[in-house]
Amino acid sequence: MLRIPCPYCGTRDQDEFKFGGESHIARPAQPEQASDAEWAQYLFYRTNPKGIHYERWLHSFGCRRWFNLARDTVTHEIVEAYPMGSQPQSGPIQTEGHGDD
Amino acid sequence: MTDSRNNSARLPDGGQIDRSRPLRFTFNGTSYAGFEGDTLASALLANGVKVIGRSFKYHRPRGIFTAGEEEPCALVETGVGDARVPTCRAPVVPLEDGLVANSQNCWPSVNFDLGRLVDLTHGLWPAGFYNKTFKWPSWHTWEGLIRKSAGLGRPLTGPDPDYYEQVNAYCDLLVCGGGPAGLLAALAAGRAGLRVILAEQADSFGGVLNWEDVDLDQAPAPTWVAGVAEELGQLHNVLLLPRTTVTGIYDHLVTSMLQTGHGTAWRECFWTVRPRHILLTTGAIEQGLIFPGNDRPGIMLAGAARQYLNRYAVRVGEQVIVSTNNDSAYQTVFDLARRGIKVSTVIDVRRNVSESLRNRLSELGVYLLPAARISGTRGGKGITAVTIEDLDGHDLGRRECDLLAVSGGWAPRVHLLAHARGSLRFDDASQSFLPDRLPAGISVAGSANGTTGLDQCLAEAAEHAIRICETLGGPVDPPQLPKVTRSVVEADLVAPMQIDSSQPRQWIDLAHDVTFGDAELAVREGYVSVEHFKRYTTTGMSVDQGKTGNLNAFIVLGALTGREPGEVGTTTFRPPYTPVTLGAIAGRNTGEFYAPRQYLPAHTSHQKLNARFEDYGWQRPDCYPQDGESDHEAILREVRSVRNQVGVFDNSPIGKLEVRGPDAAEFLNRVYINNVLSLKTGHCRYGLMLNENGVIIDDGVFIRLGDDHFLLNTTSAGVARIHSMLEEWLQCEWPHLQVVVDDVTTQWANFTVAGPAARQVVETLDPSMDISAQALPHMACAIGTVAGLDTRLVRVSFSGELSFEINVPARMAASFFETILEAGKPFDIAPYGVEALMVLRTEKGYLHVGSDTDGSSTPDDVGWGRVARNKTTDYIGKRSLFRLANQDLDRKQLVGLEPLDRQQALRPGGHLLIGENREPPAETDGWITSACFSPTLERSIALGVLKGGREKTGEILTVCDGAQRFSVKVVSPVFYDPSNMKLRE
Repeated sequence: MLRIPCPYCGTRDQDEFKFGGESHIARPAQPEQASDAEWAQYLFYRTNPKGIHYERWLHSFGCRRWFNLARDTVTHEIVEAYPMGSQPQSGPIQTEGHGDD
Repeated sequence: MTDSRNNSARLPDGGQIDRSRPLRFTFNGTSYAGFEGDTLASALLANGVKVIGRSFKYHRPRGIFTAGEEEPCALVETGVGDARVPTCRAPVVPLEDGLVANSQNCWPSVNFDLGRLVDLTHGLWPAGFYNKTFKWPSWHTWEGLIRKSAGLGRPLTGPDPDYYEQVNAYCDLLVCGGGPAGLLAALAAGRAGLRVILAEQADSFGGVLNWEDVDLDQAPAPTWVAGVAEELGQLHNVLLLPRTTVTGIYDHLVTSMLQTGHGTAWRECFWTVRPRHILLTTGAIEQGLIFPGNDRPGIMLAGAARQYLNRYAVRVGEQVIVSTNNDSAYQTVFDLARRGIKVSTVIDVRRNVSESLRNRLSELGVYLLPAARISGTRGGKGITAVTIEDLDGHDLGRRECDLLAVSGGWAPRVHLLAHARGSLRFDDASQSFLPDRLPAGISVAGSANGTTGLDQCLAEAAEHAIRICETLGGPVDPPQLPKVTRSVVEADLVAPMQIDSSQPRQWIDLAHDVTFGDAELAVREGYVSVEHFKRYTTTGMSVDQGKTGNLNAFIVLGALTGREPGEVGTTTFRPPYTPVTLGAIAGRNTGEFYAPRQYLPAHTSHQKLNARFEDYGWQRPDCYPQDGESDHEAILREVRSVRNQVGVFDNSPIGKLEVRGPDAAEFLNRVYINNVLSLKTGHCRYGLMLNENGVIIDDGVFIRLGDDHFLLNTTSAGVARIHSMLEEWLQCEWPHLQVVVDDVTTQWANFTVAGPAARQVVETLDPSMDISAQALPHMACAIGTVAGLDTRLVRVSFSGELSFEINVPARMAASFFETILEAGKPFDIAPYGVEALMVLRTEKGYLHVGSDTDGSSTPDDVGWGRVARNKTTDYIGKRSLFRLANQDLDRKQLVGLEPLDRQQALRPGGHLLIGENREPPAETDGWITSACFSPTLERSIALGVLKGGREKTGEILTVCDGAQRFSVKVVSPVFYDPSNMKLRE
């Protein structure tokens, strides 16, 4: 069971959280113009690294806010927790699309 | 009472048993005597009981091999009735007055077991025999017989009568193992002010100091132990937990422990600990030796013999032989001699034995055979003799014995370290796997770290404790180390075993009856990786998990495949270290506490109406049988009431999400397939929500209460899921939208009044708003009061009749419900339940998401394709609807079905094949999704999904329902009032 550092509540048991998959996945700005391949890329393709993974977590049984973790998929070491919508300090700059106006 | 059952093999004095408190227990129906402080194993030995059980496969007689949790042979069933516990390891069963224990895996008795036939025909049953045999005529012919004879203990058939507790704990330092190293470390850390938990699986602290002949500071070691335990007990920051096994270490040092209750109301307590640091002082487990016939009763680990002798005052044997590959077994000779028990011979695989040991043997008149090994054993129900040979196989004669004490070296208990992803390396000097790389936050000290010599272990423990304290808390005074003024022979100079590879019947795993011959077979068949080898032979897979045998088994595998043990490696160590009762993991979350039972606010009112409840996440009335009606009769009556007069339905659990903010409409417009922006205040619309794959995840009516204010109705069981989904999009994808979402489901009770007389009933409730058909048409809403209560009144219908959903504050639910029933009396109002509602909505062809839809259903499949396509702006899932697969004309589409026989009952799940008299095998063309008998149409009806269904109206299909076949016709899914006249009233 992981001990997860919620940026708003502090370190809590994994049981309080819900995993939300890989983070920094850009939703195509104009979905109607995306090709089937581009849309599939957004829906299904993930990095799946052996190493640091940037991923989303929700503190369901706590503050109910989404945030990001940088977690090593081999050792489960949590390198960093950072707010949703921001970039990690520990890793490369990720490009993100914008879904709103 | 004869002598043989009254501690006949007990020494007259000594031991840590309390002779002032005698106990009685029963084994296989015979009553025996023991003392407080005994274990079941020590008491059986003290009563001269040799044969405890029968081995797993060959049903060979087995005795007691160890004195600890690593026991592979003495597996018994304890208790009676629902409190029976199968497969207990006798050395760790504390003796209690009245304890009942029985052998298992034997019939008719442990002393005469028909299962022994397997041993006599052992050539037929090598490792993995079941993969190659019992195939003709089909394996099912044999299945029953094999299932009956396989296995070890008898499972229970009733619920667990005991209860279990759980604790969550936090500390600075968790010390695993309360032997000398653990005690000293806990003391240092405790004195430094750290929060310490010291867990020890035995019922008292001290570990080996409870039976090894050691003096600390000129006094027997237990004196020092008692002093430390007392000081630790006084420290507020130290928690002592005896009878507590650390069962596993997980991510981030989170650790599980199982504590056994003693005189408590609970049987076991499951701990989850979150320490900042863990110190493993878990000691080491002695290993057996591999030689022909190494599994008989009367063969025991040399250290176990010392423990039974010294701690439990048992005369473990009268004529003893010791066989070993290391020095520590010699201590058994000296301890036995001190208590007047004769050891005749020491058989040592090593050619060179130290001079001091040889001299001591000589003084005691014990014969030493170096460079020798056992070539065989005799004695069916208890060892009587061994035959010996030199390492080249030359016979060295035969000697008699009734106890053979063996030592194959010591394996550090590295299990917990391995759980935490620490790595191991094979050490040639000790012939064992030692800790190598440690993960952050974990330390290992003492014999668990491969350290020999008690003084070295104590020093190492102190050193680690100091380092831990400095890391976690601050400076600490180095603890005063006790001086070892008398010590035992340590496990130095371990030599590799020398196995006679011509002999297949040497056991490498006693618990699963795996022999050297099986190991050779596995290698011949190509299962040479350690994980394959384990699974093919089942070595290390029994209840003992190979604690006394795996090390040697892997060394053997190496020898057979020309690899060093380090190259072979070990199998993966997994929690739990010892078995954990499932009840302990469930804790108190059983029975009524398994899940919260949710009641409607008007629950007692429904009870008074004789509602029959069903659990839909909420306890809801399915129907209200009256005057001895059957459920079916009640449902039909309720449907007729709604269609002909008026009914009232408690719809309080329906999901209610309030969505507010300047961007509320824009947000919802991206969520629903429908146009939200065009909805006027005071009106509502039926909407579908999709996921990004274009699949329908919910349906429901959304209501506009103001420019910036919406109320969404969701499926009652799905409101948390939908709320969560909306939050996810707002927080992660569209954080700039100014919207808040609030779940108000339990704030509002909701009652539906439906039927031709519905408006008249609601009029008598004194509504503050105009509810005429002009002022409040279908799909409109109004805010005001009804019967003096704040109300949100919505004209929406799931029954297909004129219908008013009245939302009032939940705390007024019961009284308001009674008010409606009273007001409806002149109109013959009837309460109706979920079952009647399902009939009503099926007659109207209204969707039930999750019944008529599944994980592939898109809007077009259920007839909403036009709305989904016509909306020009983007919404969740829209892009997916334009994938090729979603345009396929052969997709399964929602249709209505009528059986040609009006009375033929249909069932959801029945498969559809296009055409009459079709027979499988065939690819399915669809299936029935909802079905009922319609009292309105007086016939059976159903909804289903059918390939290209909308183009097949009028066609006949074959329904395949199990073995049954009947014909149905495809019709419109709207069976009743297709032009919606009733809704426009």
